[in-house]
Amino acid sequence: MNRLAVKLPGLSLKNPVMPASGCFGFGREYAQFYDLSQLGAIMIKATTLEPRFGNPTPRVAETPSGMLNAIGLQNPGLEKVLSEELPWLEQFDVPIIANIAGSTMEDYVQVAKEISKAPNVHALELNISCPNVKKGGIAFGTIPEVAAELTKLVKEVSEVPVYVKLSPNVTNIVEMAKAIEEAGADGLTMINTVLGMRIDIKSAAPILANRTGGLSGPAIKPIAIRMIYEVSQAVSIPIIGMGGIQSAEDVIEFFYAGASAVAVGTANFVDPFVCPNIIEELPKLLDQLGVEHISECTGRSWRKSGQSSYCGA
Amino acid sequence: MIRKEQMSIVAHERISDNIYRIVLTGDLVDEMNNPGQFVHVKIGAQAEPLLRRPISICEIKQERKQFTMIYRKEGLGTSILATKMPGESLDILGPLGNGFPLEAAEEGQTALLVGGGIGVPPLYELSKRLVEKGVHVIHVLGFQHKDAVFLENEFAKLGETYVATMDGSYGIKGSVTDVIAEHNFSFDVLYSCGPKPMLKALAQAFPNQNVYLSLEERMGCGIGACFACVCRVPNSDTAYKKVCSDGPVFKAGEVLL
Repeated sequence: MNRLAVKLPGLSLKNPVMPASGCFGFGREYAQFYDLSQLGAIMIKATTLEPRFGNPTPRVAETPSGMLNAIGLQNPGLEKVLSEELPWLEQFDVPIIANIAGSTMEDYVQVAKEISKAPNVHALELNISCPNVKKGGIAFGTIPEVAAELTKLVKEVSEVPVYVKLSPNVTNIVEMAKAIEEAGADGLTMINTVLGMRIDIKSAAPILANRTGGLSGPAIKPIAIRMIYEVSQAVSIPIIGMGGIQSAEDVIEFFYAGASAVAVGTANFVDPFVCPNIIEELPKLLDQLGVEHISECTGRSWRKSGQSSYCGA
Repeated sequence: MIRKEQMSIVAHERISDNIYRIVLTGDLVDEMNNPGQFVHVKIGAQAEPLLRRPISICEIKQERKQFTMIYRKEGLGTSILATKMPGESLDILGPLGNGFPLEAAEEGQTALLVGGGIGVPPLYELSKRLVEKGVHVIHVLGFQHKDAVFLENEFAKLGETYVATMDGSYGIKGSVTDVIAEHNFSFDVLYSCGPKPMLKALAQAFPNQNVYLSLEERMGCGIGACFACVCRVPNSDTAYKKVCSDGPVFKAGEVLL
């Protein structure tokens, strides 16, 4: 029995660990370090209809136990992702979760329709929570009615299950999650980065050219844990958890909060081997914890014994 | 090939105002063969400082499996780095990026090497390799003031060396471009590393010559995945180059400064 195998809508994962969107490009850079087939899945960089250059530099700034980024969804555009990046990824035995973004609802729909036809794309991740683009992105992720409407439209055209990536930059994340579930989403991914800012002590000017950026890394882990804990008790669709994960222990904490799989983001920049290392460590940690299968951990912090949670294994 | 290795500190000393020289040893040195490349340094295993620090390779001693970095102690990361003692180890990812093209200068030709501040160190290994190859080298090194000057003697052993300081407290008063304008050097190839305004001035001063510039930018991953350190390419709204993996050395005109 594979103790790490997890089944989620559209996804049959050999383990629940995947690199998070925007922290792994389209995999090429990390393929020089290890075989990408080891990963549970890959969440590719956000794809938009047209190529985007993104924001001016500086685009990153370090913070206590974290970093701010304002890349601005730089990507080669749908056509190139379909003709070059996804076919290149086909050499690996790993399902792809395609993160999609846009400036208008029509953009999202068009990208969803085309990219969901690619043979190795097993699910979509709807990026309605990027804090670094002026039009679209976060606006779609902060108004429940707008998020629900977009989810419906994308569900209508997508050939694969649709996961919606939630922004933590809202007053009531449970209300947002419920609206998206009701609109037909197959799953949730959470959390995206937390809106933040740094100012240079000498120049008195913001460090990021975009002024504000998204905070990621271990600094945001408690926020992610709290939000997953709340949302997982309020919805019945599965959650892929993310936000500051660096170790196998972190993965278990996310499962206990209510996640059914996890994504690793910023830690890839610190250690390119972090994903395979976590995958290797997980069975040993399960032994220590006396856990047979990782899915048993989902929601353990709030679930009464015997009560079932989402568990597709 | 890029490797990640716990490398041992062989020597570590302060060599001028806030400038430190550190010598590391390990198998990773086998992969270093291109002056102008850099390594990404994780300072301590804890979450703070979180990110690696890109630091240029100053000198490579392959037979001894050693390489040297020279860095400026400035923020939290380099302040912690400055306290590390010989015998301790550092998590090094590298070598990264593409360095200076040695083949651009042929035997018997003249190369002008122009460095500004903490951009000076990678020119040292470059100069050594050029001299080995029979290339005549001229060095122009710029610093803020007298106490910030370093590596002058080492460069002087390899070829003509001119030092300029902005406040005139040492060497020639002014910038490296002032020195170059005054001496009117003739050269076949120009290699440079330093602050962007200096690189820009050099590219503008020699539009028709063979000029290679090493750029600096805030980085995330250092391997091309995060898109933090991109720069624009002339005549395109969407084309880009990544400083970490396409550079840090570019031919002048290849990217917008």
